[in-house]
Amino acid sequence: MSKFEFTRRGLIKSGAAVGAGLAMPTILTRPAFSYTNEPKGGTVTLGFNVPQTGPYADEGNDELLAQKLAVEHLNGEGDGGCLPTFSSKALKGNGILGKKVQFVTGDTQTKSDAARASAKSMIEKDGAIMINGGSSSGVAVAVQGLCQEAGVIFMAGLTHANDTTGKDRKANGFRHFFNAYMSGAALAPVLAKEMGKDRRAYHLTADYNWGWTQEESIKASTEALGWETVNTVKTPLASTDFSSYIAPVINAGADVLVLNHYGGNMVNSLTNAIQFGLLDKAVNGKDFKIVVPLYSELMAAGAGENIKGVLGSMNYNWQLENAGSKAFVKSFGEKHGRPPSNSAQTCYAQVLLYADACERAGTFNPCGVVEALEGFEFDGLGNGPTTYRKEDHQCFKDVLVVRGAQNPTSKFDTLEIVEITPVANVTYPPNHPMFGGDAATLGKCNAGV
Amino acid sequence: MDAILLQVLNGLDKGSAYALIALGLTLIFGTLGVVNFAHGALFMIGAFVAVTLQRVLNLSIETVHADKKDFLGNPLKVQTTYVETWFGESAGQLIIGWSVPLAILAVIPIMLLIGFVMERGLIRHFYKRPHADQILVTFGLAIVFQEIVKAIFGANPIQTPAPDALAGVWNLGAWLGLSLPYPAWRIVYFGFSAIVIGGVFAFLQFTTFGMVVRAGMADRETVGLLGINIDRRFTLMFGVAAAVAGLAGVMYAPINPPNYHWGMDFLVLSFVVVVVGGMGSLPGAVLAGFLLGILESFASTTWATTTIPGINQIIIYLVAIVILLARPRGLMGRKGVMEE
Repeated sequence: MSKFEFTRRGLIKSGAAVGAGLAMPTILTRPAFSYTNEPKGGTVTLGFNVPQTGPYADEGNDELLAQKLAVEHLNGEGDGGCLPTFSSKALKGNGILGKKVQFVTGDTQTKSDAARASAKSMIEKDGAIMINGGSSSGVAVAVQGLCQEAGVIFMAGLTHANDTTGKDRKANGFRHFFNAYMSGAALAPVLAKEMGKDRRAYHLTADYNWGWTQEESIKASTEALGWETVNTVKTPLASTDFSSYIAPVINAGADVLVLNHYGGNMVNSLTNAIQFGLLDKAVNGKDFKIVVPLYSELMAAGAGENIKGVLGSMNYNWQLENAGSKAFVKSFGEKHGRPPSNSAQTCYAQVLLYADACERAGTFNPCGVVEALEGFEFDGLGNGPTTYRKEDHQCFKDVLVVRGAQNPTSKFDTLEIVEITPVANVTYPPNHPMFGGDAATLGKCNAGV
Repeated sequence: MDAILLQVLNGLDKGSAYALIALGLTLIFGTLGVVNFAHGALFMIGAFVAVTLQRVLNLSIETVHADKKDFLGNPLKVQTTYVETWFGESAGQLIIGWSVPLAILAVIPIMLLIGFVMERGLIRHFYKRPHADQILVTFGLAIVFQEIVKAIFGANPIQTPAPDALAGVWNLGAWLGLSLPYPAWRIVYFGFSAIVIGGVFAFLQFTTFGMVVRAGMADRETVGLLGINIDRRFTLMFGVAAAVAGLAGVMYAPINPPNYHWGMDFLVLSFVVVVVGGMGSLPGAVLAGFLLGILESFASTTWATTTIPGINQIIIYLVAIVILLARPRGLMGRKGVMEE
């Protein structure tokens, strides 16, 4: 009778041999990548991660339309959009580095975990080399972290919290959209001009990362003007009825209500504030005012008549008259029958900026792309002259102060541009305390693999 | 004092919506024994009946104004509603402005029909299945309703304003020497809820149909043995419950712009209301609805949130735990309901 005897050493040797044998086919067949998802064939894949379900689905849909338009223009289809107006002439309409651009999409659901999962799937299964999109700062920070670990580039979509290019900045992440600090800096002079320097503000703030940074920024800017902050109240993100939070404003002695809310929260809180007649009141001898620091066209449409006269800020508005804006509005408008939103414009610009950086760098290697984007100065994408600052990967450009239109002539011009705040007035040092101070660093670029 | 009274009014207002939804949930549970997780979706559909009517009344004729330009520089297309064309501008605007109250007329037959189809087409197949199965199927149905509404109307909230005459602020405390400005439509909503709740109770209490339904709720088998087709009456009660949810939704539309997610927003809270009130107890559902609405309102005040941070988000569940520990069957629950 034969007898098998297992020794520890024998088991380790056998295991190693079997393991090597199993790995051999993969080692022999797998192409050698010098960076994550290096394109080997005639195509390159981009990943568009936007909210396709959930409360920001309309915003995500607009982003996706713009991203698809950018891909068309990169591949030489359609009217070319901003390619002719873009100050960099590296893009030729023949894809990126001669490779036809294709894309995959993911659904962030405006949830950080879902957004990470869909980005991970696009990177690992679909071979996406760049991720773009999103309509929330929580999502942006989460996906940016993932892209840094995976060694792909993240071109953020709509994210307004200071942290995205502040304490959570990453070498592989870039933000074209403006931020809460810039909103505060742009709004303050207009608020002083229109409402005076002796005001008492009451803040209602969405209780999450973006709301906190926006409240901090607006509070700092308005207090610097001489305004007094009467109270700051955090409201749960899931709130639908804000009447309990609006009612105390009436007797608080405040004469300005600042709504640090976005999306459905903003539509509901503004509607409730109007219902309670706040804008018809006079407090401290002054007319009561409402400020919504971050506006979007889709929110404005949701708020309807209630936004008339209410001040806020935007990254972009289709009514801008520069050549890049006109080209983008024409391209988007003729295809979809309406002007683009500012989240659509930022995603469109980001896709083109990424493609252009690859062309100028002559590679898809993320570290080459990072080098090409850092300190890059450009124009012709709709916002006017813009710079991607090297130290924090934040775009610096003029910021728009807008107001709900009193007499809109169509359903599209719900907002009117009050002032274009020059970039110099919204610029801050990279180590500003609101952006993580000296401790905040980009870290090193990661090419993956 | 003024601030306290304002929060009481806010609570009554929120409580009205909770009470109406919970009332419908309890009607369905009390008659058919079904835990209907699609009930919040019925509330949402009610609101979208108002949105739909508003859109129908806004159907327009397009005229091209060559002298004006649109955003692409093409001749501007101006929309004029059919209603304004037929009745003149001011009368047309008035009709459009009253779309929410007008939607009440439409919502009752629509919701009765939806309730009837839901019950006959799906829910009845689950009467003899465990409660877990009923919850799963009705929750699935809620998601289907939600996604259909999103596909048609989008994910953004849609403004559905109250008529101009009821859109302002009424100072309720003027005759008491207090400053108590409160949105007119919210007062209308509270009054409307009181009428609907009173109507449902009167229907059950003072009509023969209601008497049979109440008898069926108490002892279904015996009523059946008397030769009464209790199933048909219970099917109708499902429709009535759906209509109550729809009415609650249609009138709530001017308070907060409706969106496809409303059903889920209200569902969990309404179930807590039903449990706190006592499973199967109609007066309990109404009482708990107002009680929890007022408590939630006070918990959202600055004083409460600074004293106990986060209390506004947990107050309803906290109170539910305390009440269920003290009275395991809820405030007005009866022995034997869901205890077999």
